[in-house]
Amino acid sequence: MEYIIIIISAIFVNNILLAQFLGVCPFIGVSSKVETSIGMTGAVTFVMVIATLVTYLLYTYLLIPFEITYLRTIAFILVIASLVQLVEIMLKKVSPSLYQALGIFLPLITTNCAVLGVAVLAVQKDFNLMESVVFAIANAIGFGLALITFAGLREHLDLMNVPKALKGVPIAFLVAGLLALAFMGFAGIV
Amino acid sequence: MNQWKNFTKGLLKENAVFVLFLGLCPTLGVTSSAINGLGMGLATTFVLAMSNLVVSIVKNQIPDKVRIPAFIVIIASFVTIVELTMQAFVPDLFDALGLFIPLIVVNCVVLGRAEAFASKNNTISSLIDGFGMGLGFSLALTILGAVREILGSGSIFGFKFMEGDGMLVFVLAPGAFIALGYLIVLSNKLNKKLSS
Repeated sequence: MEYIIIIISAIFVNNILLAQFLGVCPFIGVSSKVETSIGMTGAVTFVMVIATLVTYLLYTYLLIPFEITYLRTIAFILVIASLVQLVEIMLKKVSPSLYQALGIFLPLITTNCAVLGVAVLAVQKDFNLMESVVFAIANAIGFGLALITFAGLREHLDLMNVPKALKGVPIAFLVAGLLALAFMGFAGIV
Repeated sequence: MNQWKNFTKGLLKENAVFVLFLGLCPTLGVTSSAINGLGMGLATTFVLAMSNLVVSIVKNQIPDKVRIPAFIVIIASFVTIVELTMQAFVPDLFDALGLFIPLIVVNCVVLGRAEAFASKNNTISSLIDGFGMGLGFSLALTILGAVREILGSGSIFGFKFMEGDGMLVFVLAPGAFIALGYLIVLSNKLNKKLSS
């Protein structure tokens, strides 16, 4: 039951992108095509879940016993940076076309606030190991849902007759605002 | 003259938020009021200027391959300093900004300037560039925070000038996106006018 509440609240009510504003840079940057945003979601999901798992273990079994929790930010970001490197090397071998498509945004996952944000939130909320992993997976799904929906909207937007002043990024923000408004409808279901 | 240009380019022409679209997460996340935006902006300015300074000093000692992790460690150290200082001296602001203080580490503006400017230029220029970029970022956050606070709760920097609640939606998440969208339109217009 607890897990279901964590999942629903992370995906819909406190959607990481549209309610908490974590990971907005790739949201605006990558989301012009549905295909790339699916690839991006995959990479972020992988990094997010493993990063949360590793940082949780690091925090509980290393930082707390030695009373060096003030090193949290530094330790977490190093774990994430090395994981991203790992994913990059793997992806280059396994799927070169996806690697090409993601381009600059793959190394940028390191500076994707969503990944560090979820790792810090999981520790701050005093989740246990299982809850942390479920929390990370749910947040990754929420990220993907918002990103792919938004990419779909933007593909349509290209064909629309948008006022000149709003072309490009401004209209994307307005659409994101409306999408966030729609997600607010989920408030109060848990 | 050249240093003056270094300083002012971050304010409008290469403004991190309105023109380069970097550092959007804290921009949208903390600007429910003008004072939060200003606090976040100043914290980021400190990290930006100090990390630019240190990166430009040690740039020749760092091997090219490990430069990004090295930069991140430098930035993370200054973020930890800011985090602990704010917790001790301005606990209210610390609580209001919450998660977004440790997240200064992953603010694209900071790493972006370290990589694009401080690793190629001398110490003085890097420090000035950091300050300029940081103040431009603060300016953007304060303006966005002020707009949202005026429309959303009818007050500015905490001073109420209107009866009632205002349009609550601007304090909530959707208002952040919509207000920023229109502010970008305005800044585009302004930049166009200035350059012509």
